Amino acid sequence: MEKPLTEHITPGAPPLDLAAYEENGGYEALRNTLGSMAPGEMTSLVENSKLRGRGGAGFSTGMKWSFVPMGENAPKQKYFVCNADEMEPGTFKDRYLMEGNPHLLLEGMILGAYAIQAPTGYIFLRAEYRKSEEALARAIEEARRAGYLGENIRGSGFSHDIHLHSSAGRYICGEETALLNALEGRRAVPRAKPPFPPVVGLWGKPTIVNNVETLCNIAPIVRHGPEWFRKLGRAEEAGTKLYGVSGRVRNPGLWELPLGTPLREIIEEHAGGMRDGYRFRGVIPGGASTDFLVEEHLDLPLDFNSVQKAGSRLGTGTMIVLDDRTCPVGMVLNLERFFARESCGWCTPCRDGLPWVEKILEDIESGGGREDDLGILHQHAKFLGPGRTFCAFAPGAVEPLQSALKYFEDDFRRHFDGKGCPYHAPSAATGNGQPPSSSQGPETRNQKS
Amino acid sequence: MLSDKEREEIEAELPHYPRKQALCIEALKVVQLHRGWVDDSALRDVAGFLDMTEHEVDSVATFYNLIYRREVGRNVIHLCDSVSCWVMGCDSICSHLKKSLGIGMGQTTADGKFTLLPIPCLGDCDRAPSMMIGHTLHSDLTPDKVDKILRNCE
Repeated sequence: MEKPLTEHITPGAPPLDLAAYEENGGYEALRNTLGSMAPGEMTSLVENSKLRGRGGAGFSTGMKWSFVPMGENAPKQKYFVCNADEMEPGTFKDRYLMEGNPHLLLEGMILGAYAIQAPTGYIFLRAEYRKSEEALARAIEEARRAGYLGENIRGSGFSHDIHLHSSAGRYICGEETALLNALEGRRAVPRAKPPFPPVVGLWGKPTIVNNVETLCNIAPIVRHGPEWFRKLGRAEEAGTKLYGVSGRVRNPGLWELPLGTPLREIIEEHAGGMRDGYRFRGVIPGGASTDFLVEEHLDLPLDFNSVQKAGSRLGTGTMIVLDDRTCPVGMVLNLERFFARESCGWCTPCRDGLPWVEKILEDIESGGGREDDLGILHQHAKFLGPGRTFCAFAPGAVEPLQSALKYFEDDFRRHFDGKGCPYHAPSAATGNGQPPSSSQGPETRNQKS
Repeated sequence: MLSDKEREEIEAELPHYPRKQALCIEALKVVQLHRGWVDDSALRDVAGFLDMTEHEVDSVATFYNLIYRREVGRNVIHLCDSVSCWVMGCDSICSHLKKSLGIGMGQTTADGKFTLLPIPCLGDCDRAPSMMIGHTLHSDLTPDKVDKILRNCE
């Protein structure tokens, strides 16, 4: 099985340096194309590969690039930005790539910048990722010294430099246009769309924003060709995917697998199944802002279209498992508390609606819930849904809520008789009703074939 | 007034951006690194340097959760309370921290040694529950492990 993203990463080992990266074919794609392949051809190549964005939305990467104005009348200043603000709860994939093989990301960024002819690039990195920051800063220096960044890269006539921007927190910064405001030094509130960033972005200039995992696919695609990439997928969709599993499974971790690998295979074979004494009840498949999937979905291939057809989203592909001893209402309360806290406050439905949802769930969880609370929650799921808010934050926030109401309605009702949470053992003073786990996690991340 | 060192560190970032106001967050991080937190005088210093009003700078400072507009302890504990850590029992780690330190979330111990704050998902979900103190990530937390970590803090 081919694993272009992670094949050279050894968990726990230092990141690949330039020499090691080059030994394994690194920067070959750049050397073979910069200056010789037309920028538009690079964009077509990526479009033909059928690569879809790995940050959560799944939009065609090549198509996004094709929206950037090109030619003599296009603005000279354009920007190529890597979204490395990984903060989606349950998601730990981009960190792995940046800490393991930072040059793979840099090469993808330079190729992307060449395709849209952008002289300036930024990596927007969350401040907490210190190891990623060190790995990237060092890799950028190495790339500059080797002439892969800077003026007239390797005699190609193309100039590009990448700056590392360490952020200062807030989940909303991962939203594409909020990220641009943050890069400009402002409050990270989202911008009105249209115009979209490929046309009017950073400081009003055409700007591409792509996720880390997305960009790590670019150099392998350019090197081996779009057809090779399309064949990496398990069924319809192209490429591999970093799938992650957390929660009460035997072997939580991260694996690069063909896109479209079934949910059951990931949980049972790679994550080792549920821990003793726990049964699988459901999963949010791609980070906090995706709808629950349940037992009936276990044989679902995890690709963008299949998961969407099942009523959820592939999102980041890093899933959080709900077991039978964890309260689904408590889990949704945790999620909505997160979203209420992280709402940027820019638009009213999100700013006021999410705290309302949080308070109602708190009430239900503590035994003060009433039958008509369910109606209020359903109403909020609708009023905070797509098209009613300024950005995708609130619609994402209500995805786990609306699906929990659908699949776990009985659990909600079991809270209504005044007794509070049925999962709460009377002896447990705090927490989600479970004893704190003994440490069963492996010392390093699991990367199994 | 910004110290020479602060000014130097902020100016080092200037060539990377077309407008100096873009340095607002970076500048706040620099003064916080040197002064521990961003008090009103720090706010004024940054505003003066960037040709912004104090209110503009404050609107930025109060938006980002890693910029502290109140005094914090020498060790800021950022405890992840997002969903994977919650499933794995971060609430009991939180209770344990509160009890051991004698403070609530958002508070600082009387000796100025610790501040306890929540943080969105630290991207360490396969080793949950997790927390970060300073630049160090601590994984697979248990109450015993937390005690050991706290004892080793300066």
